[in-house]
Amino acid sequence: MTDVKAKITEFLAGHFKNHDLADDEDIFASGYVNSLFVMQLVLMIEREFAITVEDEDLDFANFRSVNALVDFVSRKRAVPVAS
Amino acid sequence: MGSQDRPRKTVKCLVWDLDNTLWRGILLEDDDVRLIPEAVAAIKELDARGILHSIASRNDHDLAMAKLREFGLDEYFLYPKINWNAKSASVKEIAGDLNIGVDTLAFIDDQPFEREEVAFALPDVLCLDAAEVSSLAGRAEFTPRYVTEDSRRRRVMYRADMERNAAETEFGGPQEAFLESLRMRFGIKEATEDDLQRAEELTVRTNQLNTTGYTYSYAELDAFRVSDRHLLLTSTLEDRYGPYGTIGLALVEKGETAWVLKLLLMSCRVMSRGVGTIMINHIKRLARDAGVRLLAEFVQTGRNRMMYASYKFNRFTEIDRRDDFVMFEADLAEIPADPPYVEVTASTTENSSKSSLS
Repeated sequence: MTDVKAKITEFLAGHFKNHDLADDEDIFASGYVNSLFVMQLVLMIEREFAITVEDEDLDFANFRSVNALVDFVSRKRAVPVAS
Repeated sequence: MGSQDRPRKTVKCLVWDLDNTLWRGILLEDDDVRLIPEAVAAIKELDARGILHSIASRNDHDLAMAKLREFGLDEYFLYPKINWNAKSASVKEIAGDLNIGVDTLAFIDDQPFEREEVAFALPDVLCLDAAEVSSLAGRAEFTPRYVTEDSRRRRVMYRADMERNAAETEFGGPQEAFLESLRMRFGIKEATEDDLQRAEELTVRTNQLNTTGYTYSYAELDAFRVSDRHLLLTSTLEDRYGPYGTIGLALVEKGETAWVLKLLLMSCRVMSRGVGTIMINHIKRLARDAGVRLLAEFVQTGRNRMMYASYKFNRFTEIDRRDDFVMFEADLAEIPADPPYVEVTASTTENSSKSSLS
């Protein structure tokens, strides 16, 4: 899981001025939410971790912090994707 | 791509070949090429209608650009691709640079091979023979319903975008710091009669950042504007590179106990600016102050997943879903702050409760 976390942290560092985001810090609290950022985040996760983000996964709870994202990816990976 | 048998859309950008299309002759063989007057006339006429121009030419880049400057035409072309690549690749890149769908592009070239190559790789692009150049202005695809203030300024606004994009590419720091450096000013107001043509144009032109894809005629929009059961809002954006023009539209149907956001759209030029959230926040505050629930309709069009995500991340919850239709309800208990890097002015008030925007 460390590589998942590293990828996510690296992506977020490209967007946020605050490079020292705590793992449980709310990344939407700064007001920095735009359509492109959200979509880039979703596409990065789909691409890097070979999972599909469904409509019902597009939930605040899954994306709000580094920890939440890492948990979300590991949950999605635990469920075998029908191929 | 889900666009069944709808009539062809208005072309947003026409991509030009140079040799024997814009000018008579082959530049690499003979420096003394002559402009084709009908081509120049078409460029100027379509430009005045708000249709953009670009270039896909296999040529020496510096030589061709120097020639265009000499002819005083270089300013007309956005993101020109003058290189040795396949033209379909260039056309696709232009769509990406302008952030518009490939299906809103047209391509004009005198060579059948080039037209076929583009048509094969990109079947949604309208491919035209250079021999047809004098008939372009008469074609429906090049005749927008309205020519608005914004369409007349479109090329200038896109040129400002080119500068912004170049600055963004050069900017080493995080995205958030770049957005701060733009010093953006976002304005929201109720639509006036003068805004209606642009409002209609936005409903027709905007595909990706559009929550429902509902299109409304001028007459319908005018009725919403004066109706006290509706709220029709437009938004503008400006930054240190200049105005983006009127870039957003929202239509709210005001019921007794609930308001329904029927349509929320933003021009794709402002996709990365975070201003959709500002409009949503504004409407949430108005609804909260009016003491009503706020619902929002969403219709999946195959291209607007970003708006679905926007609602979800702006604390809307699905309360109903039928096929492609989704009804959301907003959480009004906790309305997040607007992005700190945008100065917001809102001149709409609901009853006497002015929303507190600083």
